[in-house]
Amino acid sequence: MIKQARDIPTPVKYLINLALFIIFLVVVNSMIASKTISGYYTKVIMLIGINIILAVSLNLATGYLGQLPLGHAGFMAVGAYSSAIFMKAASALPMFIALPLGLMIGGTVAGIFGFIIGIPALRLRGDYLAIITLGFGEIIRVILLNIDSVLGFNLTYGAASLKNIPKTTTFLGTFICVFIVCYVIHTMMKSRHGRAILSIRENEIAAESCGIKTTYYKTMAFVMSAFFAGVAGSLYAGYLGILNPSNFGFMKSIEILVMVVLGGMGSMIGSVISATVLTALPELLRAFADYRMVAYSLLLIAVMIFKPSGLMGTYDFSLSRLLGKGLSRLPARNASPARKGDDR
Amino acid sequence: MLQVNDINVYYGPIHAIKGLSFEVRPGEIVALIGANGAGKSTVLKTISGLIRPKTGSIVFDGRDITKTEAHKIVQAGLAHVPEGRRIFLQMTVMENLEMGAFTQKSVSEEDLEAVFTRFPRLKERRRQIAGTLSGGEQQMLAMGRALMSRPKLMMLDEPSMGLAPLLVAQIFEIIAELNKSGTTILLVEQNAGMALEVAHRAYVLETGRITLSGTGAELAESDEIKKAYLGG
Repeated sequence: MIKQARDIPTPVKYLINLALFIIFLVVVNSMIASKTISGYYTKVIMLIGINIILAVSLNLATGYLGQLPLGHAGFMAVGAYSSAIFMKAASALPMFIALPLGLMIGGTVAGIFGFIIGIPALRLRGDYLAIITLGFGEIIRVILLNIDSVLGFNLTYGAASLKNIPKTTTFLGTFICVFIVCYVIHTMMKSRHGRAILSIRENEIAAESCGIKTTYYKTMAFVMSAFFAGVAGSLYAGYLGILNPSNFGFMKSIEILVMVVLGGMGSMIGSVISATVLTALPELLRAFADYRMVAYSLLLIAVMIFKPSGLMGTYDFSLSRLLGKGLSRLPARNASPARKGDDR
Repeated sequence: MLQVNDINVYYGPIHAIKGLSFEVRPGEIVALIGANGAGKSTVLKTISGLIRPKTGSIVFDGRDITKTEAHKIVQAGLAHVPEGRRIFLQMTVMENLEMGAFTQKSVSEEDLEAVFTRFPRLKERRRQIAGTLSGGEQQMLAMGRALMSRPKLMMLDEPSMGLAPLLVAQIFEIIAELNKSGTTILLVEQNAGMALEVAHRAYVLETGRITLSGTGAELAESDEIKKAYLGG
């Protein structure tokens, strides 16, 4: 909130990050185009992107807001189905309109559900919130499974799966979404709204006595978290091309939660890293054949024993801050040392 | 400055505050004293909008705030320092103070300087994580944070709780100084001796009712108070 003298002006920081990101996109995309990265690994990379969005969005509700929702797969399912139904209906629209629109629809519908669930759920805390959101996730799955036969129309096709969804999710599309989601959450957490959300996690009563609208901010963070889960769901629909309610069971929610906890609650880079590792690992462990799930579980246990706060704790990595530190060590500059936690 | 008129507060079926009325005039230090469970903290929470009274009204600065939302009450100039030093433990001292100015849209350097002049310890430790402060420093931080919202009336809930006697004396000195520089203070205390010493007026609360009131000196002399709260 207070303007601090920084070594690198903020717009330049963002430009550096944007440039690095574009380089990453161009390099990987050309490797995919030239088949240096095989089709199989491209699929894994896209799944990593989708899981990053899921983990980062759940981290908003879990790590930053300090709640424990267990129904993230439910929001993802709502987003996936609504966007898939739209994409099937809108096949006449040109792709550059239909795709962003589909993502927005998936996100918005999930956000609306987040709002409806959030209002009653956020009055509860801890275990109770976990149970109510867990119940929500299961209700969504069961509704998706049975709604057609109950209401007598063909919308989700229940257990028979929603098929022939246009496979619109590409590497570029996925990672542009990853970038936007991370950017939006990162900038929000650095703003006064972000501070308000963190202060609610720290101490709700103190936050309220500082004049922070706790209900408003809790709902806002929860809805944003659901919105981005819906976007991830939309990408997932266009990635698989086929949706089945069993994809969005309780275990999916747990899987996302594991990514967040393993990465460190409240650390965005932690979520990104652990989503990457936990998505790639089962594939890389294929050499161990039947034992790979055991190896995966052992890894989780080991991390929780030796680093219970998660891989990154609450530390947030910032490339531009590292550059700034490097610059400030140059003898010619007598820059003031960066305040701790400044880049949170 | 603050009038509480016949409020009744319930926790579910429990009738916690029973038709309570009192007032705080500009420039005063008013103390609410009473034993555990008398409803002292409940009164403060009701005034700052964290709990709603079932009946009755609360008027602050000529404005009815009975149904006003908590954050708007802070904006109106009524700061609440909650019980048990509720600071943001994982944020730095500086960040805690910045949160105190949340309703001000931006942090004014003057306010910050004023807090640092009053609490030099906080200035020394402004980059430190608040959880690593001592109990007394945390209480100072909680008070400093409340000051950042430029309150006309500051409500302190048990500022002496869990502090060493020397620190308690120091905190009460600060309270008296704050009052001299123009902040009206409503104080809730179990430490009746100290509270009556600084307070201009005081009310004694027993199971949700006011049983005695008077000036600080009067109450400190009263036999009932001596017997019940001062151990004399």
